[in-house]
Amino acid sequence: MKKPYQKPSIIKLQVGLLRDKKSGLLRMVRREIDGVPVKDLVRRFGSPLFVFSEKRLRDQFRYLRRLFESHYPRVELSWSYKTNYLDAICRIFHQEGASAEVVSDFEYHKARRLGVPGENIIFNGPYKPREILKQAVLEGARINVDSLDEILDLEEIARETGQKIRIGLRINMDTGIYPRWDRFGFNLESGEVLSVARRIAAGDRLEVAGLHCHQGTFILDPEAYARAAEKLLRLTRKLEEEFGWNIEYLDLGGGFPSRSRPKGLYLPPEVGIPPLSEYAERIARSLLLGTMARDYPLLILEIGRALVDEAGFLITTVRSAKRLADGRRAYVLDAGVNLLFTAFWYHFRIEIERELPGPPEPCILYGPLCMNIDVVEENAWLPPLPRGTHLILSPVGAYNLTQWMQFITYRPRVVLIGESGQVEVIREAETLEDVVHRERIPEHLR
Amino acid sequence: MKLRRLAISEEGFIFDPETGNSYTVNETGLFILEKLRQDLSPEEIARLLSQEYEVSPEEARRDLEDFLEVLTRYGLWKEPR
Repeated sequence: MKKPYQKPSIIKLQVGLLRDKKSGLLRMVRREIDGVPVKDLVRRFGSPLFVFSEKRLRDQFRYLRRLFESHYPRVELSWSYKTNYLDAICRIFHQEGASAEVVSDFEYHKARRLGVPGENIIFNGPYKPREILKQAVLEGARINVDSLDEILDLEEIARETGQKIRIGLRINMDTGIYPRWDRFGFNLESGEVLSVARRIAAGDRLEVAGLHCHQGTFILDPEAYARAAEKLLRLTRKLEEEFGWNIEYLDLGGGFPSRSRPKGLYLPPEVGIPPLSEYAERIARSLLLGTMARDYPLLILEIGRALVDEAGFLITTVRSAKRLADGRRAYVLDAGVNLLFTAFWYHFRIEIERELPGPPEPCILYGPLCMNIDVVEENAWLPPLPRGTHLILSPVGAYNLTQWMQFITYRPRVVLIGESGQVEVIREAETLEDVVHRERIPEHLR
Repeated sequence: MKLRRLAISEEGFIFDPETGNSYTVNETGLFILEKLRQDLSPEEIARLLSQEYEVSPEEARRDLEDFLEVLTRYGLWKEPR
């Protein structure tokens, strides 16, 4: 009987790397988040656990606002709800002065529930149900229109309410980046925008007061924003001359990157991702050069990822260790792609709660789901991890808490570390009751 | 021959006294190293691998090439002229 086969392998041992105090590998260790020991967090709130830093959230907002304001006189930062619409997180940004950028009835309701007045809401999205659209009109929200059908809906609402409605037009265009998002709004180069504008002017129920565009996500070319700003400014002049409208705002959307590492980007984020100051500078340059000093349009930026991503951590625990057939080490964590939707596109920074002996070796981090796709990181370099070791993954603040799924297991707690170091639960862990309370069993199955 | 000077433990821990470098090999890696030290040719080693383990001669040959490439890069083995 032949023996089972493993591919031959030889690994050079990097003895002493972890003992070298100057070694970059020391960065793999994170004992605390904002001064609160990781061990304490797990002991009090369990594992897995999402942890947000209020200090990081506020600092990043203030930094971005000052950064853009130092380049351009009229800036509004709008918090993109879909990135993370936990109440506590939204509250922090609204306290700092952010308006709310919403893309659905649910998000609109959530913003209103948090006390955001209609005029501080930007309503985007390709489908705005008739009822919420009317509410948004009555409450004075900024509505950026995505399609001709939406224009028809708004004209009808204008007839019903007897008012002229001021709208923004969502524009898509070539700004030199790929992929080009042309499914949202009206195309510039094809002339669609102008024919829609003529249609709006002829209807005489609506008035265009702003232009909006959203080029994509995690855009690594600051110049793309400059091109978008230039094109929107040219369009502004044309619309103002031809139709007599007063375009008050240019909304350049979002898509600004965080210091996360997209798969396929081989440079570390510090090298491969341009700093946000470059985006501010390019955008401001285009606007300042293209505008008369007296009528600077309001620049709106819808920021999500760049505000929240780096303020979020996920603490997870090694629940078992195994060897794969090819000799590689693998670990099963208690958090998987059910909680970390962004694991499909990004590599997380992986830190260990304490220094561990032994040379780093290549390993795979699996989640707890009984699914082959549940891979948190396919190629990490970590010293041998004893069962029970806590790992800290970051940045995870953007999109994970909105796109996570209730699948196979429960969703864990989310805590916020306040500015004075107090830790508070901002979302309780899910229970069986949470999951089943909307289910109904028909009589004959009881 | 450099390979003969290496200290190789039964568990597959390898120490190179010339450079101070150390390595670990898995079971099949150890199998190959032992055969190389006995001056067997790659063709013979691949054949022995597929006799001993559940692997086709073709796959064994390919994996062996890959393994020898890594040994060469670490300076542990040179292709005989």
